[in-house]
Amino acid sequence: MSAPTQVLFDEPGPKARRNNIILSIVSAIVLAGLIAFVIWKFADAGQLDSAKWYPFTFSQIQLVLLKGMGATLKVAVVASVLALVVGVVFALLRLSSKRAISVPGTIVLEFFRGVPVLLLIFAMFLIFGNTIGAFWSVVIGLTLYNGMVLAEIIRAGILAVPKGQREAAMAIGLRPGQVMSLVLMPQALRAMMPTIIAQIVVLLKDSALGFIVTYQDLLYQVNLIGREYNNLLPTFLVGAVLFIIINMIVAGIARWLEKRLQRKATAPVGAEGLSAKTAA
Amino acid sequence: MDFLQLLEMFFSGIWGTIKLFTVALIGALVLGTILAGMRVSPTPVLRFAASTYINVVRNTPLTLVMFFCAFGLPFLDIRFGSTSSFNSFIYATLALTAYTACFVAETLKSGISTIPVGQAEAARAVGLTFGQTLSQVILPQAFRTVIPPLGSVIIALLKNTSIASAFNNRELISAMRNAIEVRGDLVIPLLFGTALAYLILALILGRVFDYLERKLVILR
Repeated sequence: MSAPTQVLFDEPGPKARRNNIILSIVSAIVLAGLIAFVIWKFADAGQLDSAKWYPFTFSQIQLVLLKGMGATLKVAVVASVLALVVGVVFALLRLSSKRAISVPGTIVLEFFRGVPVLLLIFAMFLIFGNTIGAFWSVVIGLTLYNGMVLAEIIRAGILAVPKGQREAAMAIGLRPGQVMSLVLMPQALRAMMPTIIAQIVVLLKDSALGFIVTYQDLLYQVNLIGREYNNLLPTFLVGAVLFIIINMIVAGIARWLEKRLQRKATAPVGAEGLSAKTAA
Repeated sequence: MDFLQLLEMFFSGIWGTIKLFTVALIGALVLGTILAGMRVSPTPVLRFAASTYINVVRNTPLTLVMFFCAFGLPFLDIRFGSTSSFNSFIYATLALTAYTACFVAETLKSGISTIPVGQAEAARAVGLTFGQTLSQVILPQAFRTVIPPLGSVIIALLKNTSIASAFNNRELISAMRNAIEVRGDLVIPLLFGTALAYLILALILGRVFDYLERKLVILR
């Protein structure tokens, strides 16, 4: 249990314990009632009949759903890689000591960061849609937005690297490019990894927007199957569960990385461990 | 269609965006505060329910949430008004509220954990109940400390209203698409105009939050 929950209320005495139990039961009943209401509504609309779930036993339907999932993941992966590249480039542009480079970089960054992703996807689709297709419209739209957000994250990471690192690197005669690529960037990327992955979860979620420009992703297939078999809600639930599981896995990776990094940062480094490290 | 008509179209779009945004903002702040309160409450069932809700909805794309509200709820025969445009509006605000409330709750929770332990201890020592401690001592301070991150959550909400355009709502993006349909020769200026409108709205919000931050934030 985290600190605030312990501080906000006392260790329960007999009366508080009794109240707690009563409150627990009441809230459990209310929640159960809510869930029952939803299930009743579902049943009322005939969405729980086995016939509505039957199509999911067809291998063809399963295949279509998996294909949709694959299409969504493909967008997310390609856009993530491109967004990281764009992020590094714009972080460097913004950090440039020449104002002629950093000012336009900042303007472009603020522009793309300030507009909705959907607008960027639409813009790509409406201007270049005929030549590049829905897939690249979504990828480029997602890349532009998330790349700019990643650029800000990476820039914050580079600025957070202790000053001594840069000075030491320059003192041993590295060129500015080498200082950045060998000393600052690796440390910034490592320190910012949890935030970067959290942003990639955002990108993954936004990849569901492809549905709106008729990219044939998971949601598109869900819509199609749901309308064909008249079982929109079951199909939707299956699609949503697929999506949530994937997102939770990636978010879990971010949390795990964060914990690992914290452990590394706080681990006591003895003289022995240090010498062993340098020897290796 | 001449320039004035296009402008009128855009302003009605901006008005639609602002309406969606305002209603969803109020809903998200209320629901988010309740969820944050549930997460730190002494009742395990409430804590569990709130954290489950937050974890599930936070990991669901907003498009999916809105898809469920806009296509699923009418299927379940849940309707709110007689006209379909009003229904679409309610579905969209419901989705935006349900989705944004999670982020508001998370932000508030991190705000609550920055409040010095002594505040809650003092509140308990003078005999306040949990509800009083939370609503009169902790939350007012927590809201003040989280103004900057709450601002980015709310600006994200403004941008997220664009997704409602795909579900029969009248707002900026749908106004833009309508305009492009009638004036195909003006695609790029129209796109830039829409972007500019969003940037201006976001800028105004940013200013409001800067002001609130200067006035209210407690530096610790």
